[in-house]
Amino acid sequence: MEPSRDDFVIALRSAFLKKGTQQRFSLLSLIFFSIIFLILGSFNFKIINYVKIGITEIVYRSSFIVSVPENLLKESYITIQNHNKLYKENEKIKSELEILKAKDLLNEFTILENQRLKKIVDDYLVKSDTIIAKVLSDKSSPFLRSIIINKGSKQKINLGMAVMDGAYIVGKVVEVNYLSSRVLLLSDLNSKIPVIIEPNAVFSILSGTGKDYGVIQYSKKYEDIKNESVIYTSGAGSLFKAGIPIGRMNLNNLNDEKKVEFFSDFSQLKFVKVVSFKKSENK
Amino acid sequence: MIELKNKNFIKIILLKAPLILLFVSVLNDYDFNHLSLKYFSFNFSYILIFYYSLKKSESLGYTYIFIAGLFNDVVIGTPIGLSSLIYLILCVAASYLRNITLRPSLLKDCIFFLLTILIINSLLFLSLKFIFSYELNYFDQIINIIFTFLFYFLFSNLFDFFESYFVRSNNVR
Repeated sequence: MEPSRDDFVIALRSAFLKKGTQQRFSLLSLIFFSIIFLILGSFNFKIINYVKIGITEIVYRSSFIVSVPENLLKESYITIQNHNKLYKENEKIKSELEILKAKDLLNEFTILENQRLKKIVDDYLVKSDTIIAKVLSDKSSPFLRSIIINKGSKQKINLGMAVMDGAYIVGKVVEVNYLSSRVLLLSDLNSKIPVIIEPNAVFSILSGTGKDYGVIQYSKKYEDIKNESVIYTSGAGSLFKAGIPIGRMNLNNLNDEKKVEFFSDFSQLKFVKVVSFKKSENK
Repeated sequence: MIELKNKNFIKIILLKAPLILLFVSVLNDYDFNHLSLKYFSFNFSYILIFYYSLKKSESLGYTYIFIAGLFNDVVIGTPIGLSSLIYLILCVAASYLRNITLRPSLLKDCIFFLLTILIINSLLFLSLKFIFSYELNYFDQIINIIFTFLFYFLFSNLFDFFESYFVRSNNVR
C-alpha cells in the first residue's frame, strides 16, 4: 500500500508543480491566480473590473473576426434550407400547374362545345371590333350623365356602340361627330338597358338614376333577386353582347329600391373601349 | 528563399494550430445553436485541452489556457476566473493521467476524461448555483457531459491523425 500511495502523491505533485517545456507558470500557481480572480471579482475589486473591461474589449472585437467562418456556415445552412424549401414549393406548384392545365383543356373543350351547340340552335356568334378612345370631358350635370370621347365618325364610331371600361360596360354612344362622340353612361336617367340578374336568371331593365347607381325596373320576379347578385347584359335587342358584367345588387337600403352598384367608377374614366358587336357567320 | 519562408510559416501555423483552435472555440462558443437542436451540445474546449494536455502538453501552454478561460468567462458571462480554474483542473487531471500511465489506451483516456468532466461540471454547477446564484438547467449539463464524452472518441482520432500526418511530417521535412 505504501509505495502506491507514494506514487499517487508523486504523480499529483508532479502534475501540480512540474513546469513543462515552454511553460512559464506551474499549474498550481495558475490555479491560485484563478481563485484570486474569482474571489476579488466577487467583491467587485477595481483592478479585476479593469481587467474584465480590457478582456471584454479584446474579446468583442476579435470574436467578430473569429465568428466570420461560423456566420458563413450559418448563412450557407440557411441558404440550403431556403433552397430546399423553394424546391418543395416548386414541386407543389408544378403539380398544381398540371391540374390547372387539365382544367384549361376542359375549359377549351367547353368553349368549343358551346360554339357547336350555338350553331345547332342557330344562335349567332359575336365578333367585336374595339376602338380605344380618350375621355375628353365628363359632363356631370345633375340631369345628364355623359362623357365626350376623342373618336368620331372618322374612326368609324356609330350610334349605339357599347362603351367599356376594361371588362365592364359603362354606356353607349348616343351622338357621333366627325372627331368626337358623346357617350351616355348607364347612370344617366335616360339610360335603359336589358339585363339578366344571376343567379336565377331574372330578365329585367336597368335604369339610370342620375346618381352613381342604377335601379332594376320592369321585372315580374323581384322575389328571385337576391342581395349581391351580379348584373350582366342580357343581349336582348341585339344592342350589346350577352354576359358583359355591369354591377352588383345592393338591397341593403330602407326605401325598398332594387339598387345596382356599378363595377366601374364612372367619375374616374380616362380611357374607354368603344366596341361594336357583330353577328359572325356560322360556318 | 520565399519557399523557405512559406514552409516556416506553415510549420508555425501547424504547431500553433491547437492554440488557435482553442481561442477560436472559446471566442466563437461552438454550440451549434443555429441548428436549433434542443438536446445537443458539447464542449469542444474540454476535449481540446484534455487531449493536448495529455498527449502534447507543450502545444498548449498553461498560461494560454488560463487566458482562454478568462476569455471564455467574458464570452459566456460567468464570473471571471471560473472557466480558467475549470480548464486548469482539467489540465491537472490530464497531467496526472500522463504521469501514471505506462501503456496509453484510448479507452482508459476516455473513462478518465468522463470522470474528470463529471467532477469539473459538478464543481461548475455547484459554484454557479450556490455561490454565484446563477440559474442552470441540470438536464442541459448532463446532455453536454454525455456528448462531450462521446465526441472525445471522434476528436481524439482526428487530433491523432492531424498530429501524425500534418505536424510530424512537416517537422521531418
